[in-house]
Amino acid sequence: MSDPGPSPTPEEAAETGTLAASIALKQRAGGIIVPVVTVVFAFVMSFIIVAATQHSVHTALVVFKEIFLGSGLNWLAHPTTNTFTSISAYNLSQTLLQTTPLILTGLAVAFAFRCGMFNIGGNGQYLVGLIVANWLGVDFAGLNPFLHILLCMSAGTLAAAAYAGIAGVLKATVGAHEVISTIMLNWIAYWTASWLFGAGGALQNSTSPTNPVSNQVSPGARLPDFWGKQGFQGLHVGIFVSLAAVVVFWILLNRTTLGYEVRAVGFNPDAAAYGGINVKKNFIRAMAISGAFAGLAGTLDMLGGAQNYQVGQLDIPFIQVGFIGIAVALLGRNTAVGTLLGALLFGGLLYGSFHGLGSSSVIDPTLASNLTYIIQGLVVLFVGADVLILYVWNSRKKARRRPRGKPAERVEATT
Amino acid sequence: MRGIRKEFPGVVANDEVSFEVRRGEVHALLGENGAGKSTLMNILYGLYRPDGGEIRLNGKPVSFSSAREAINAGIGMVHQHFMLIPVMTVAENVVLGTEPVREGVLLDERAAARRVADMAKTFNFAVDPEALVEDISVGQQQRVEIMKALYRNADVLILDEPTAVLTPQEASDLFDILQTLRQEGMSIIFISHKLNEVLEIADRITVLRRGKTIETVSRHGATEASLARAMVGRDVLLRVDKPQAATGDVLLTVQDLHVRDDRGIEKVRGVSLDVRAGEIVGIAGVDGNGQSELIDALTGLQKIESGAVTIAGRELSHASARAALDAGIGHIPEDRQRRGLVLEFSIAENIALHDYAKPPTARSGWLFPGRMVQRAKTLIKEFDVRGGGPLTRAGGLSGGNQQKLVVAREIDRDPKVLIAAQPTRGLDVGAIEYLHRRLVAERDEGRAILLISLELEEILSLSDRILVLFEGEIVGEHTGEVSEETIGLEMLGGGEKAVA
Repeated sequence: MSDPGPSPTPEEAAETGTLAASIALKQRAGGIIVPVVTVVFAFVMSFIIVAATQHSVHTALVVFKEIFLGSGLNWLAHPTTNTFTSISAYNLSQTLLQTTPLILTGLAVAFAFRCGMFNIGGNGQYLVGLIVANWLGVDFAGLNPFLHILLCMSAGTLAAAAYAGIAGVLKATVGAHEVISTIMLNWIAYWTASWLFGAGGALQNSTSPTNPVSNQVSPGARLPDFWGKQGFQGLHVGIFVSLAAVVVFWILLNRTTLGYEVRAVGFNPDAAAYGGINVKKNFIRAMAISGAFAGLAGTLDMLGGAQNYQVGQLDIPFIQVGFIGIAVALLGRNTAVGTLLGALLFGGLLYGSFHGLGSSSVIDPTLASNLTYIIQGLVVLFVGADVLILYVWNSRKKARRRPRGKPAERVEATT
Repeated sequence: MRGIRKEFPGVVANDEVSFEVRRGEVHALLGENGAGKSTLMNILYGLYRPDGGEIRLNGKPVSFSSAREAINAGIGMVHQHFMLIPVMTVAENVVLGTEPVREGVLLDERAAARRVADMAKTFNFAVDPEALVEDISVGQQQRVEIMKALYRNADVLILDEPTAVLTPQEASDLFDILQTLRQEGMSIIFISHKLNEVLEIADRITVLRRGKTIETVSRHGATEASLARAMVGRDVLLRVDKPQAATGDVLLTVQDLHVRDDRGIEKVRGVSLDVRAGEIVGIAGVDGNGQSELIDALTGLQKIESGAVTIAGRELSHASARAALDAGIGHIPEDRQRRGLVLEFSIAENIALHDYAKPPTARSGWLFPGRMVQRAKTLIKEFDVRGGGPLTRAGGLSGGNQQKLVVAREIDRDPKVLIAAQPTRGLDVGAIEYLHRRLVAERDEGRAILLISLELEEILSLSDRILVLFEGEIVGEHTGEVSEETIGLEMLGGGEKAVA
């Protein structure tokens, strides 16, 4: 979406608008450069932190090298000389496994954003997808595998859509802010899962009644691995579902009247209402679609990876997938391709720092996973501060331009 | 001010502008929107720093890096939007920031009130220092702003479009005050784009166009036509030439309409009116007398309390905005930036704002952006929208071109009833001329046009019939020649109730 428009006059730069409008304005002004600079800043800052706490620049260099190797991205440099047995190929498959749900939770946040809403409830919606997929994946054993998977995925997605829709309905009817209601829905989903899968719960494991875990999803409902080694968790076909969702997201927003309504409401609800668009209906619908993306992520993780649900035992990145989706969407500027790239970055970072640092002795393993959070936090911080980055960027440009006395030109965004 | 230059990214707002004000004169700064008037004054007031040129005050070069420094040097500014605290008294507002104190820390309220009362008396301001700002009229609030500047010992007073918010009577009171101040030796800079008032009040007039000084002339010898030519750079037709209306069937009927605003206050109280095909009915009134609620009720954007709205025979009393649009209502909204356009959308997307879901733009929920662009191309050409193509962001257009875009969209839908609310607000002379001609042309096409405007002159020159709205009721109806004073009086509730 690029437009060769004339530069806005100063008066118009002070437009008041919604969250989505201001984000879009920044996006136009900073283009692809700002997200890249954001990430570079975040890495530089975390590099300084590691170097300072470890009293060694060399250690910091090794740490970042280990993260990179741990993510398996080095495999891309030599895809032919390595077979899957090589460690880098395995690492890459794990990185992509982490990326799979992040793409979807990122799209969930991005879609709500485009309608002017902040869906912080990705975690809760993800859990709903997870729960429903486990329930139906355990039951109906013996069903045709294709139908079984389809049933689990669509039911989980729809349930999450309905669940997120609650926040939309509350916003449209009584004006309850979606940030508050989605956070509360997160906790409701979390404790519902604990109750369902906990000791004596309806979906608790039938063979070991003392363990707060669910049953395993029946083999027929599992998403097959297509890149991996027997006996290890490999990369399952869910990633293709995620990639397809990126395409669906783009088409939905840019090629349907539904998307037109969503964008109009997101940029300017007053103008949308004036145009004849039902703003309240759009709040509910966009929230439900947003929840559907997050719920789909839950079903993929259940059917492809976890197979069961353990109360309080899930990996921390796993349970935080909804929140990381916020960082992914912000970094990706709420666009389809941006979200995809953001998810890949965070997937690599999560697995790379977990595996690369956890298994090596450069750094205390307990510090290692925290470093991921530091980098994550810095990225979110810098994404939030990109106004500042833009400001520095623009004043640098101005300083460079002035001596030549050339008329100002506007940097065009291409996203 | 000599050779002032100021650049914004992509725009040269002031280019070698020179400008001087003498002691004891009213100097008008005249120019279209975006000519650089406000930028120049913001530089003088210390809000912007110039990229070049110098400012001299009483012969000495000065440089202000903040408004406070400018105030200390004796420069006062009254902004278009007042900067008053509604819940405080007039006296408190006037002394705010430079309060008289007693025993070091305590606010000496009595001294403040006394000094403000003295000042009000000297300059004949007719404002009660003890009154709360929220209780006094807009005209009085403006006087409080002027007193604020005087209280800080300003010798140079900048007024940014001061009459934009005033009724004709209030404007004439303001002019009396300005005369008094001039006699006291103050220098007044009067920013405006209204030709008649500039000629009435100013001693000298400086015209800016596209960031450049065009000329500085004395009031004597200047005419509206000569000033307009200097502002726009070509001859401008100031009066609307319109043939007699040929009216047809009644297309819009409103019967005993009652509407409450968002806070539950009844803003429209029993309005009845009808508009026929081929006539322009103007609604005059001071801002806030129920205009916005009336418009919103007619266009389905606000629920009505009771009464009936009928468009071309179709009952639309409780219809949605969608239904009103489909019934043949076109609506040029009061605020094009807040409501009329999605500024982040392209021109093409904005043109589709009402009909995005209808063929040919869309079919069964599937959007065809190519067709959207095609339609935009045609309309851009037909309505002469300048500043970009179909994919240009609407927010990047100038105010006049944004309005043309709105008008293009509304007229292209071929509405039976066109509601034009403040159609020329904030536009420059050239764009106003275009819009007025267009409205008359659409009237002659047989549309029923309801014109709601705060500009009395616009109502008078365009309307075939004038209704006066005061506190949510129609208090006057006029056809044919009627004086500005009569309507002005009715706008303030002073006219005899003469509903025809």
